[in-house]
Amino acid sequence: MTTLHLRVGFMPLVDCALLVLAKDEGFAEAEGLNLELVREVSWSNLRDKLNVRLFDAAHMLGPAAIAATLGIGGVRAPMAAPLALNRDGAAITLSLPCFEELSRLAEGDLSDTAVSARALAAMVARRRASGLPALTFAAVFGFSTHIYLLGEWLAKSGLVLGEDVRCEVVPPPQTAEALAGGRIDGFCAGAPWNSAAVAAGVGAMVHAGVDLRRGCHDKILAWRADDVLRRPAAVTKLGVAILKASAWACRPENFARMAQHLSAPDRLALPTALIERILQGDLIQGAGRPARRIAPFVRFDREALRPEPDDADWVLSGMQRAGQIAVTSEIREIARGVFLPASFEGISAAEGR
Amino acid sequence: MQPNLRILIVDANQVRAAIIEEGLREAGYDQLVRMTATTGLVAAIETHDPDVVVIDLEDPSRDALADMFLVSRHIRRPITMFVDQSDSASIEAAVEAGVSAYIVDGLKKERMQPILQTCISRFNAFRRLREELDEARSQLEDRRTIDQAKRIVMRLKGLSEDEAYALMRRTAMNEKRKLVDIARSLITAAEMLK
Repeated sequence: MTTLHLRVGFMPLVDCALLVLAKDEGFAEAEGLNLELVREVSWSNLRDKLNVRLFDAAHMLGPAAIAATLGIGGVRAPMAAPLALNRDGAAITLSLPCFEELSRLAEGDLSDTAVSARALAAMVARRRASGLPALTFAAVFGFSTHIYLLGEWLAKSGLVLGEDVRCEVVPPPQTAEALAGGRIDGFCAGAPWNSAAVAAGVGAMVHAGVDLRRGCHDKILAWRADDVLRRPAAVTKLGVAILKASAWACRPENFARMAQHLSAPDRLALPTALIERILQGDLIQGAGRPARRIAPFVRFDREALRPEPDDADWVLSGMQRAGQIAVTSEIREIARGVFLPASFEGISAAEGR
Repeated sequence: MQPNLRILIVDANQVRAAIIEEGLREAGYDQLVRMTATTGLVAAIETHDPDVVVIDLEDPSRDALADMFLVSRHIRRPITMFVDQSDSASIEAAVEAGVSAYIVDGLKKERMQPILQTCISRFNAFRRLREELDEARSQLEDRRTIDQAKRIVMRLKGLSEDEAYALMRRTAMNEKRKLVDIARSLITAAEMLK
């Protein structure tokens, strides 16, 4: 069997795990692939390098792939996803002073997103009344699950992200520092960055993404849309390797080894213990509260990897709320077309053979 | 000449930033600000109010720049990534060179093209310079290694400089290895036998 070289870009997040495992546990090699993983510093780079074929495929935010396909916020670069790389795994972390104030203002159980959103609205109103600057929240990219989750949370009490609460984009590795320095008051990001901020003693996790939306769409494996058609063998081989990695990643006895792979200097470059705790669904919350159990926190199971066109509807409603787009039926059609359940079925069948 | 465009250059590499600045000055742009920090970009934009931002692709704040206007309604003048959809060659050239440009909404692409072209060629020139420098460095390094090994052979076998060099060359040829590899093995062996 001849070896096929594939260059795939990723961002340092726990949800790049299936790509890392496809390489480090030999699943890609078994499919005749020489998989080269390249760590990137921005989602913009992943998008642009995929577009000019410096990458064959990329770890990508589903909403970023939809935005690129529609040509908003940069180059129009049609992308397609034969499979997702995870579901869930996001969380919202606030600075300690912000969390304390929210706790004081909460009327009821703070773990209820409606209660916390009302407390947040009270906080925004108090600040406005006393002439204090608006709160600033951050997410990791403009077109992201995280922006739309924040928007959904705020909307529960009628707040508008970007208006009532300022919104900034901060690269994930800089979130803890931005929180500590007071540049931002809170952020929504994927694992391990919430735990990292809590572990650094600068933040308190207020909600996990699952509190707002269970089975939430997140990262996908993005290819150029034309390459999915042009290179079916490559798409299938990488897909099969990822499905095999998914089965391996779901076995708790493999968590320690998986955490080791992810913690490597050229991957996440973070302590193994921090990552392993997340894989075990043991989430530190900060502000003197016990750890919270959500297992699995980041979903890597096969069901989670199926690309669902319905996810595009959720993304579009988030984009619309954020004022990024006015959805038409034509736009909806194009966005849904990013997700390729038929390719996923083909890959599943190939894995069975 | 292009009048009055304020250009902000974001590049952690001071040398390259200087090379870009020089290129843009030569092309007639004189309102240039350089910044190397990857944080505080939002504040810098509010302060300098640039028409164009040129940023190194290796800078993580690129996402923040790209989405500033998408997530924040507090920004005075929206900034978008400069893309000339009709010119895919220059999109490719920019990504391959490692540079990206952002413009204040509404700036005409004809005004932007020469700036982007200058940046692309300066980025590429910088990369070539660095490659040449790396090569020169490694050649120098190799020669030092070979000289050191040669002195070991001279001392241990009582040979002249030319004889020692000839012996090493012959060994390299016989073993089909590079001279510098033979030299490295000799140095390692000499260290072990000290």
